[in-house]
Amino acid sequence: MNNGFNRRRRNAISGLAYLLCVLATIIALIPLMLILFYVISQGAPALNLDFLTQLPKPVGETGGGMGNAIVGSLMLIGIAAVVGLPLGVLAGTYLAEFRSPRLSWTVRLLADILSGVPSIIIGVFVYTLLVLTMKHFSALAGGVALAILMLPTVARTTEEMLRMVPDTLREASLALGIPRWRTIVSIIIKTAGGGIITGIMLALARIAGETAPLLFTALSSRTWPTGLDKPVASLPVQIYTYAISPYEDWHQQAWAGSLVLVIMVLLLSVGSKLYFGRKMRSVR
Amino acid sequence: MAGSITTNNLSATFGEVRAIEGISIEIIANKVTALIGPSGCGKSTFLRCLNRMHELVPGAGTTGEVIWDGRNIYAPDVDATDVRRGIGMVFQKPNPFPLMSIADNVSAGLRLAGSKRNKSAMEEAVERSLRLAALWDEVKNKLHKPGGSLSGGQQQRLCIARALAVEPDVILMDEPCSALDPASTQKIEDTMDKLKDNYTIVIVTHNMQQAGRVSDFTGFLLTQESGEPGRLIEYGPTSKIFTMPDHKETENYITGRFG
Ligand SMILES: Nc1ncnc2c1ncn2[C@@H]1O[C@H](COP(=O)(O)OP(=O)(O)O)[C@@H](O)[C@H]1O
Ligand SMILES: [Mg+2]
Repeated sequence: MNNGFNRRRRNAISGLAYLLCVLATIIALIPLMLILFYVISQGAPALNLDFLTQLPKPVGETGGGMGNAIVGSLMLIGIAAVVGLPLGVLAGTYLAEFRSPRLSWTVRLLADILSGVPSIIIGVFVYTLLVLTMKHFSALAGGVALAILMLPTVARTTEEMLRMVPDTLREASLALGIPRWRTIVSIIIKTAGGGIITGIMLALARIAGETAPLLFTALSSRTWPTGLDKPVASLPVQIYTYAISPYEDWHQQAWAGSLVLVIMVLLLSVGSKLYFGRKMRSVR
Repeated sequence: MAGSITTNNLSATFGEVRAIEGISIEIIANKVTALIGPSGCGKSTFLRCLNRMHELVPGAGTTGEVIWDGRNIYAPDVDATDVRRGIGMVFQKPNPFPLMSIADNVSAGLRLAGSKRNKSAMEEAVERSLRLAALWDEVKNKLHKPGGSLSGGQQQRLCIARALAVEPDVILMDEPCSALDPASTQKIEDTMDKLKDNYTIVIVTHNMQQAGRVSDFTGFLLTQESGEPGRLIEYGPTSKIFTMPDHKETENYITGRFG
């Protein structure tokens, strides 16, 4: 009888705990849902082909779009990838595969500190490093700022993914007389590739929306991108500029720009999940 | 002879831990040599010293000589990758490369260790190695399937084929059947019997019957007191070790009184 009571009590407690978990999850999801709902409802009406392909119109003229900012954002992400990915993947490989305790510890600490540095500070740093020395704002400076921003994420993800590759595979490869560097490139990195690519896509999604570091580096532009050494428009900066402006149709465009940005980020992160899922199935 | 390995006073450590000490043995070419002894007596460590895999463990060290093909593999001018190409290894747990197909697993050593071959030579090498490992008939219609899709016993034979493909002189096997069922074990023992003509095989085994069945020579290793390194107690033709060993400890171990 006492037992029955205890069991009922236990069931009640576990039921309650379950309910709380569900509730907490729902509460956590509410902001995301609201953001998505709001961005879609506000942005969709202003989203059209012109918006995606046209240059901004001067104040007072209606129409025009953010084509240059979309291209500019892609350009900045591209530069960041070209600069940041090789460095990040190499650093992560170093951390995982060349286990010299003292140096690895230092590099890991630096990476963790770097990932905690506010992005605006990285913008200021690149401003001093590239903008002041080159004497003007440039796409290159913007891309480098974003590259620095994604560096720690890429390095640590690469490291973690490489560490997940069992040592038995390293040994299998080395025992065949395959040299160390070849083992790392063709066996270890390849085996961990799905995870690394997922990490890279998430890092790209993360920097796609960065605004602060671009204000000091890529600045903005109302024309199509003309070169690496020229200022370039980007979606986040354009959204920022339009959103704080006093013009109603610029607000509309800011919403549409937000929607495009959200779609880009979602494509990257959902794409990475799908890719990783497929990759994992093929390992098993 | 290319397939023989002689160790002189070989000792190995893991940092402060002395794992094996003073092992001198002459492994005869084109014979199967079994290494037996209780758990932790240093069989794996000894085996891994023979193809310079031991040094991959951080802090690991060796002293003494391992003479193979007329030179000490620990001499400063000897490249560990060359040693490992000539002295292959099969591990306790089958470890095929999970993302590679069966065929690519077998040709991995050829493709990645520098020797570029044309496609048909590669295919020949794959077929030859799989036949030697008695796996060809079971996989010839699914060579492009991932290696991980095979059963445990098949995976282990795939690993044997992979080791054979680079044409080593010697194959080291560390308890290759301990994770396998009797039928798969039987297949691997048959394979070893076939390989003997062209390869020197050193096998670590926990299974006395297996040592008796497959080996021509047997070495018995033992840690005499806890904390002491493992030493080679006795080494000789398997028939002698199993019927009239010189040492009491060997007899006790073989008749199952300890270990
Ligand atoms: N990675 C390692 N680090 C430290 N000690 C080890 C390591 N591997 C093995 N040893 C020690 O070396 C000794 C021999 O181990 P091992 O060669 O694996 O024995 P066996 O294969 O005969 O069971 C044991 O005492 C074991 O504890
Ligand atoms: Mg062992």
